[in-house]
Amino acid sequence: MSLPVFLALAAAGGVGAAARFMVDGVIRARFVTAYPWATTVINVTGSFLLGLLTALVTRSLVSSEWSLVLGTGFLGGYTTFSTASYETVRLVRERRYAAALGSGLGMLAGCVAAAALGYWVGGS
Amino acid sequence: MRPHHLRWRSIGLVALGGAAGAAARELLVLLIPAAGGVPVPILVANVLGAFILGYLYEWLTRGRAPEPLNRRLRMLLGTGFCGGFTTYSSLAVGGVLLARDAPWPAVAYLAGTVLVGALATWAGIAAGAAHGARSGAAAAVR
Repeated sequence: MSLPVFLALAAAGGVGAAARFMVDGVIRARFVTAYPWATTVINVTGSFLLGLLTALVTRSLVSSEWSLVLGTGFLGGYTTFSTASYETVRLVRERRYAAALGSGLGMLAGCVAAAALGYWVGGS
Repeated sequence: MRPHHLRWRSIGLVALGGAAGAAARELLVLLIPAAGGVPVPILVANVLGAFILGYLYEWLTRGRAPEPLNRRLRMLLGTGFCGGFTTYSSLAVGGVLLARDAPWPAVAYLAGTVLVGALATWAGIAAGAAHGARSGAAAAVR
Protein backbone atom coordinates (compact mmCIF):
# COMPACT_ATOMS: atom_id res chain seq x y z
CA MET A 1 0.00 0.00 0.00
CA SER A 2 1.29 3.46 -0.87
CA LEU A 3 1.78 6.08 1.84
CA PRO A 4 -0.89 8.48 0.43
CA VAL A 5 -3.49 5.69 0.50
CA PHE A 6 -2.51 4.78 4.06
CA LEU A 7 -2.79 8.41 5.18
CA ALA A 8 -6.15 8.78 3.40
CA LEU A 9 -7.32 5.59 5.12
CA ALA A 10 -6.36 7.01 8.53
CA ALA A 11 -8.01 10.37 7.81
CA ALA A 12 -11.19 8.60 6.65
CA GLY A 13 -11.11 6.57 9.88
CA GLY A 14 -11.09 9.86 11.78
CA VAL A 15 -14.04 11.17 9.78
CA GLY A 16 -15.91 7.90 10.36
CA ALA A 17 -15.29 8.05 14.13
CA ALA A 18 -16.48 11.68 14.19
CA ALA A 19 -19.62 10.69 12.24
CA ARG A 20 -20.28 7.90 14.79
CA PHE A 21 -19.82 10.34 17.67
CA MET A 22 -22.38 12.74 16.15
CA VAL A 23 -24.95 10.09 15.13
CA ASP A 24 -24.60 8.49 18.59
CA GLY A 25 -25.17 11.86 20.29
CA VAL A 26 -28.20 12.71 18.14
CA ILE A 27 -29.87 9.32 18.76
CA ARG A 28 -29.09 9.34 22.50
CA ALA A 29 -30.54 12.87 22.84
CA ARG A 30 -33.88 11.63 21.47
CA PHE A 31 -34.19 8.08 22.78
CA VAL A 32 -33.23 7.30 26.37
CA THR A 33 -33.15 3.48 26.64
CA ALA A 34 -31.10 0.87 28.51
CA TYR A 35 -30.51 -1.04 25.27
CA PRO A 36 -27.79 0.63 23.12
CA TRP A 37 -29.92 1.54 20.09
CA ALA A 38 -27.46 4.19 18.87
CA THR A 39 -24.57 1.69 18.59
CA THR A 40 -26.91 -0.85 16.97
CA VAL A 41 -28.09 1.60 14.29
CA ILE A 42 -24.48 2.66 13.58
CA ASN A 43 -23.13 -0.89 13.31
CA VAL A 44 -26.04 -2.26 11.24
CA THR A 45 -25.93 0.62 8.71
CA GLY A 46 -22.12 0.45 8.51
CA SER A 47 -22.21 -3.33 7.95
CA PHE A 48 -24.77 -2.92 5.14
CA LEU A 49 -22.61 -0.29 3.43
CA LEU A 50 -19.42 -2.38 3.73
CA GLY A 51 -21.26 -5.41 2.27
CA LEU A 52 -22.40 -3.24 -0.63
CA LEU A 53 -18.91 -1.77 -1.14
CA THR A 54 -17.27 -5.22 -1.02
CA ALA A 55 -19.61 -6.49 -3.75
CA LEU A 56 -18.84 -3.44 -5.91
CA VAL A 57 -15.10 -4.07 -5.47
CA THR A 58 -15.59 -7.72 -6.48
CA ARG A 59 -17.31 -6.51 -9.66
CA SER A 60 -14.42 -4.07 -10.25
CA LEU A 61 -16.81 -1.11 -10.09
CA VAL A 62 -14.77 0.34 -7.19
CA SER A 63 -10.95 0.24 -7.03
CA SER A 64 -9.11 -1.45 -4.18
CA GLU A 65 -7.67 1.94 -3.14
CA TRP A 66 -11.15 3.41 -2.66
CA SER A 67 -12.16 0.23 -0.87
CA LEU A 68 -9.29 0.76 1.61
CA VAL A 69 -10.19 4.41 2.20
CA LEU A 70 -14.00 4.09 2.33
CA GLY A 71 -14.32 0.54 3.70
CA THR A 72 -11.33 -0.06 5.99
CA GLY A 73 -11.00 3.64 6.85
CA PHE A 74 -14.37 5.38 6.96
CA LEU A 75 -16.70 2.43 7.70
CA GLY A 76 -14.12 0.82 10.00
CA GLY A 77 -13.95 4.04 12.00
CA TYR A 78 -17.71 4.58 11.84
CA THR A 79 -18.61 1.14 13.24
CA THR A 80 -17.23 -0.04 16.56
CA PHE A 81 -16.84 -3.35 18.33
CA SER A 82 -15.32 -2.14 21.60
CA THR A 83 -18.27 0.08 22.57
CA ALA A 84 -20.76 -2.65 21.61
CA SER A 85 -18.84 -5.12 23.80
CA TYR A 86 -18.62 -2.64 26.68
CA GLU A 87 -22.37 -1.98 26.55
CA THR A 88 -23.11 -5.73 26.53
CA VAL A 89 -20.95 -6.26 29.63
CA ARG A 90 -22.56 -3.22 31.31
CA LEU A 91 -26.03 -4.74 30.70
CA VAL A 92 -24.90 -8.09 32.14
CA ARG A 93 -23.55 -6.34 35.26
CA GLU A 94 -26.87 -4.50 35.61
CA ARG A 95 -28.60 -7.91 35.35
CA ARG A 96 -30.51 -6.81 32.24
CA TYR A 97 -29.91 -10.20 30.63
CA ALA A 98 -32.43 -9.92 27.77
CA ALA A 99 -31.00 -6.56 26.68
CA ALA A 100 -27.45 -7.98 27.04
CA LEU A 101 -28.35 -10.93 24.79
CA GLY A 102 -29.81 -8.51 22.26
CA SER A 103 -26.75 -6.25 22.42
CA GLY A 104 -24.40 -9.24 22.05
CA LEU A 105 -25.94 -11.84 19.74
CA GLY A 106 -28.85 -9.73 18.44
CA MET A 107 -26.54 -7.01 17.16
CA LEU A 108 -24.28 -9.67 15.62
CA ALA A 109 -27.21 -11.28 13.78
CA GLY A 110 -28.48 -7.88 12.63
CA CYS A 111 -25.08 -6.76 11.35
CA VAL A 112 -24.39 -10.05 9.55
CA ALA A 113 -27.85 -9.94 7.93
CA ALA A 114 -27.27 -6.30 6.89
CA ALA A 115 -23.81 -7.15 5.50
CA ALA A 116 -25.25 -10.09 3.52
CA LEU A 117 -28.08 -7.89 2.22
CA GLY A 118 -25.63 -5.19 1.12
CA TYR A 119 -23.43 -7.79 -0.58
CA TRP A 120 -26.47 -9.20 -2.36
CA VAL A 121 -27.75 -5.78 -3.44
CA GLY A 122 -24.32 -4.89 -4.84
CA GLY A 123 -23.91 -8.22 -6.65
CA SER A 124 -24.90 -8.75 -10.27
CA MET B 1 -24.13 25.27 26.09
CA ARG B 2 -24.05 22.99 23.05
CA PRO B 3 -23.93 19.23 23.67
CA HIS B 4 -20.50 17.61 23.18
CA HIS B 5 -21.40 15.81 19.96
CA LEU B 6 -22.05 19.20 18.30
CA ARG B 7 -18.88 20.95 19.54
CA TRP B 8 -15.97 21.17 17.11
CA ARG B 9 -13.31 20.62 19.78
CA SER B 10 -14.94 17.37 20.92
CA ILE B 11 -15.54 16.18 17.36
CA GLY B 12 -11.88 16.93 16.58
CA LEU B 13 -10.66 14.89 19.55
CA VAL B 14 -12.76 11.89 18.45
CA ALA B 15 -11.55 12.26 14.84
CA LEU B 16 -7.91 12.41 15.94
CA GLY B 17 -8.23 9.26 18.05
CA GLY B 18 -10.26 7.55 15.33
CA ALA B 19 -7.61 8.23 12.69
CA ALA B 20 -4.88 6.78 14.92
CA GLY B 21 -7.09 3.77 15.70
CA ALA B 22 -7.87 3.06 12.03
CA ALA B 23 -4.16 3.39 11.15
CA ALA B 24 -3.19 0.98 13.95
CA ARG B 25 -5.83 -1.53 12.78
CA GLU B 26 -4.52 -1.37 9.20
CA LEU B 27 -0.98 -1.96 10.49
CA LEU B 28 -2.23 -5.15 12.15
CA VAL B 29 -3.83 -6.18 8.83
CA LEU B 30 -0.50 -5.61 7.06
CA LEU B 31 1.48 -7.50 9.74
CA ILE B 32 -0.78 -10.45 10.60
CA PRO B 33 -1.87 -12.78 7.79
CA ALA B 34 -5.41 -14.19 7.62
CA ALA B 35 -5.49 -17.91 8.46
CA GLY B 36 -7.68 -20.16 6.31
CA GLY B 37 -10.02 -17.32 5.37
CA VAL B 38 -10.43 -16.22 9.00
CA PRO B 39 -9.61 -12.50 9.34
CA VAL B 40 -7.23 -12.93 12.30
CA PRO B 41 -6.01 -9.29 12.42
CA ILE B 42 -9.62 -8.03 12.76
CA LEU B 43 -10.18 -10.55 15.56
CA VAL B 44 -7.02 -9.34 17.32
CA ALA B 45 -7.98 -5.65 16.90
CA ASN B 46 -11.51 -6.22 18.22
CA VAL B 47 -10.47 -8.27 21.27
CA LEU B 48 -7.53 -6.00 22.11
CA GLY B 49 -9.65 -2.86 21.66
CA ALA B 50 -12.40 -4.31 23.84
CA PHE B 51 -9.86 -4.93 26.64
CA ILE B 52 -8.37 -1.43 26.35
CA LEU B 53 -11.80 0.27 26.39
CA GLY B 54 -12.90 -1.70 29.47
CA TYR B 55 -9.64 -0.79 31.24
CA LEU B 56 -9.82 2.89 30.24
CA TYR B 57 -13.46 3.47 31.20
CA GLU B 58 -13.11 1.70 34.55
CA TRP B 59 -9.89 3.57 35.38
CA LEU B 60 -11.52 6.90 34.47
CA THR B 61 -14.75 6.03 36.30
CA ARG B 62 -12.66 5.72 39.47
CA GLY B 63 -11.85 9.40 39.18
CA ARG B 64 -8.21 8.94 38.21
CA ALA B 65 -8.32 12.02 35.97
CA PRO B 66 -9.90 15.36 36.93
CA GLU B 67 -12.45 17.09 34.68
CA PRO B 68 -12.23 18.17 31.90
CA LEU B 69 -9.30 15.77 31.29
CA ASN B 70 -11.55 12.79 32.14
CA ARG B 71 -14.08 13.65 29.44
CA ARG B 72 -11.38 14.51 26.88
CA LEU B 73 -9.56 11.19 27.43
CA ARG B 74 -12.87 9.35 26.98
CA MET B 75 -13.42 11.08 23.62
CA LEU B 76 -9.80 10.84 22.35
CA LEU B 77 -8.91 7.32 23.53
CA GLY B 78 -12.32 5.66 24.08
CA THR B 79 -14.78 6.89 21.42
CA GLY B 80 -11.91 7.88 19.11
CA PHE B 81 -9.00 5.42 19.30
CA CYS B 82 -10.74 2.25 20.56
CA GLY B 83 -13.78 2.97 18.38
CA GLY B 84 -11.63 3.47 15.28
CA PHE B 85 -9.28 0.58 16.12
CA THR B 86 -12.14 -1.92 16.48
CA THR B 87 -14.70 -2.48 13.75
CA TYR B 88 -18.07 -4.17 13.46
CA SER B 89 -18.49 -3.78 9.69
CA SER B 90 -15.33 -5.76 8.88
CA LEU B 91 -16.39 -8.39 11.43
CA ALA B 92 -19.81 -8.82 9.78
CA VAL B 93 -18.59 -8.74 6.16
CA GLY B 94 -15.63 -11.01 7.00
CA GLY B 95 -18.09 -13.49 8.50
CA VAL B 96 -20.36 -13.34 5.43
CA LEU B 97 -17.43 -13.92 3.02
CA LEU B 98 -16.11 -16.80 5.12
CA ALA B 99 -19.61 -18.35 5.34
CA ARG B 100 -19.76 -18.84 1.54
CA ASP B 101 -17.03 -21.50 1.70
CA ALA B 102 -17.04 -22.51 5.36
CA PRO B 103 -20.32 -21.83 7.22
CA TRP B 104 -19.36 -23.38 10.57
CA PRO B 105 -15.96 -21.71 10.88
CA ALA B 106 -17.80 -18.46 10.03
CA VAL B 107 -20.26 -18.99 12.88
CA ALA B 108 -17.36 -19.85 15.21
CA TYR B 109 -15.48 -16.70 14.11
CA LEU B 110 -18.50 -14.42 14.61
CA ALA B 111 -19.84 -15.84 17.88
CA GLY B 112 -16.27 -16.39 19.14
CA THR B 113 -15.36 -12.74 18.57
CA VAL B 114 -18.44 -11.53 20.49
CA LEU B 115 -17.84 -13.98 23.37
CA VAL B 116 -14.06 -13.51 23.67
CA GLY B 117 -14.58 -9.75 23.18
CA ALA B 118 -17.00 -9.64 26.11
CA LEU B 119 -14.53 -11.61 28.27
CA ALA B 120 -11.75 -9.20 27.22
CA THR B 121 -13.93 -6.20 28.16
CA TRP B 122 -14.63 -7.82 31.53
CA ALA B 123 -10.91 -8.51 32.10
CA GLY B 124 -10.12 -4.91 31.12
CA ILE B 125 -12.67 -3.60 33.62
CA ALA B 126 -11.18 -5.82 36.35
CA ALA B 127 -7.63 -4.67 35.54
CA GLY B 128 -8.72 -1.02 35.41
CA ALA B 129 -10.47 -1.41 38.78
CA ALA B 130 -7.37 -2.98 40.37
CA HIS B 131 -5.02 -0.35 38.95
CA GLY B 132 -7.47 2.47 39.73
CA ALA B 133 -7.79 1.31 43.33
CA ARG B 134 -3.98 0.98 43.72
CA SER B 135 -3.14 4.38 42.29
CA GLY B 136 -5.99 5.80 44.38
CA ALA B 137 -4.44 4.32 47.52
CA ALA B 138 -1.01 5.67 46.51
CA ALA B 139 -2.50 9.13 46.02
CA ALA B 140 -4.17 8.90 49.45
CA VAL B 141 -0.83 8.01 51.11
CA ARG B 142 0.82 11.00 49.47
